[in-house]
Amino acid sequence: MQLNNEMLTFIASASPVVVSNGIDLESSFINALEGLGLSTQLAHVFWLPLPMLLVLAAALVGVLVTVWLERKISASAQQRIGPEYAGALGVLQPMADGLKLLLKEDVIPARADGLLFTLGPILVLVPVILSWLIVPFGQNLLISNVGVGIFLWISLSSIQPIGLLMSGYASNNKYSLLGGLRAAAQSISYEIPLALSVLAIVMMSNSLSTVDIVEQQNVAGFLSWNVWRQPVGFLIFWICALAECERLPFDLPEAEEELVAGYQTEYAGMKFALFYLGSYINLVLSALLVSILYLGGWGFPFSVEWLATLVGQSIDSPLVQVIAASVGIVMTVLKAYLLVFLAILLRWTTPRVRIDQLLDLGWKFLLPISLVNLLFTAALKLAFPFAFGG
Amino acid sequence: MNIATSTELFCFLVLATVIVLGSLGVVLLSNIVYSAFLLGGVFMAVAGLYLLLNASFVAAAQVLVYVGAVNVLILFAIMLVNKREEMKPIQGIRLRRFLSGAVCAGLLLLLVRVVITTPWNLPGPEPIGEEATARIGEHLFTDYLLPFELASVLLLMAMIGAIVLARREVLTSDVGTGDAVTQGLIEQAQSPFLIDESST
Repeated sequence: MQLNNEMLTFIASASPVVVSNGIDLESSFINALEGLGLSTQLAHVFWLPLPMLLVLAAALVGVLVTVWLERKISASAQQRIGPEYAGALGVLQPMADGLKLLLKEDVIPARADGLLFTLGPILVLVPVILSWLIVPFGQNLLISNVGVGIFLWISLSSIQPIGLLMSGYASNNKYSLLGGLRAAAQSISYEIPLALSVLAIVMMSNSLSTVDIVEQQNVAGFLSWNVWRQPVGFLIFWICALAECERLPFDLPEAEEELVAGYQTEYAGMKFALFYLGSYINLVLSALLVSILYLGGWGFPFSVEWLATLVGQSIDSPLVQVIAASVGIVMTVLKAYLLVFLAILLRWTTPRVRIDQLLDLGWKFLLPISLVNLLFTAALKLAFPFAFGG
Repeated sequence: MNIATSTELFCFLVLATVIVLGSLGVVLLSNIVYSAFLLGGVFMAVAGLYLLLNASFVAAAQVLVYVGAVNVLILFAIMLVNKREEMKPIQGIRLRRFLSGAVCAGLLLLLVRVVITTPWNLPGPEPIGEEATARIGEHLFTDYLLPFELASVLLLMAMIGAIVLARREVLTSDVGTGDAVTQGLIEQAQSPFLIDESST
């Protein structure tokens, strides 16, 4: 038993691994600090920044991996080799990119509005990072299980257009202004079908909390994932998520051939890096949310309880708990990165849509379809309450 | 005073300062773009106040509706008519400023008086926290159904009004050739023959 406890404390210091109510890292951490003679409140204050820093680090590492994947996959799509000298298979290339941007001169154009020019990229990045608050990697494995959950993400992502408009306006450049306006128009129009498809999921799970949404999908392994019950919603959400991330085929705000680089035209150095970082963090976040909303989040394709009883272990034993937690993290990340792979492949194989096609697709196609999907879900929920969360 | 309450007090003071200074900036700054961005900041700070009151759903809705929709719309409108023009000096601007300042100060005095004289029922009811979302839904579909529906009818009317104002009236047949108008003709030509001059 002593050994088990030590193992748990070790894992606690490595990552906030918690499954079900068996292990609670927060209370064990606080208990440990109280043992050192601190008050409960002070121990709680010490606990608070830990998961946040961990998630921030996870997001940054996720970005590095995604940038490397983007380079490698684009190279394969174009029959090149891609980066290969910086580290094995070029894994250090994203670090070199980041370092280069960090050391570059920070240029503010002479006639630009310095204050808004600096504030713009920050306003784009901060809401994206804040949204990681609600991403669960396991049952107790998220920063905060807020009741409004997924709704918080929708409202946070609506702040981003302000940052885009701000940087577009402050650059004092017509391409930047046009790019900023396009970006804001695009993210406003695609937010509506996105929110409607999320609403259909929420209706089925009777909760806004991401933890509840994942839990009701993990009743019967992969058969109970939402993607089977919401195939249309899944497609709508994925298209809208790509549009919100400004990925090709929807990267109109920074269409090189027309707008130089859109709202990023005048940016250099670290401010440009903030945009770059924001777009990749947003891509990973969107992929994570697709996997949480539709692909069962941390759930293994087969029920973990069932597997545990198969090998004759109790689900409450510490070893099973720890293994299940690790499997949960791996599953979440794996599903998310499969989707990131799909997004990268789409980027390097599809042409860009025109602005009128983009708005037609958003307002005349996705919006009615997502409304019908919502009504249909409501009807199914009334008709078959056992399968649709009645 | 423990850590939780002092943090709460500190957050409240910061948010209140941001709201007061930000709103003053919205009204007093001469650059309308700064005013619009500051308005967004003030809306965010108000959402922060809701969070302090344990009303997370209302806070998220505040951010979504006021920052994400209303403020972005205002910014859009400002940036689409981004025309620098010289303002004509207004006659008697000082008197006007004085008068409007006096009206605002009077309103402020009235509000302060109301705040001081009202016997507030303190402390208020316990916040219900996470259950609030369900409670709001219940209220919207039972005792507040009529205001809710009226508000949606009002929004629908505003939307139809905007479409009617923005749409160009189009005749059903081409004035020159007499051909029936098809969708292709409208899109391809933007021909002046098709535009009904009488209605504009």
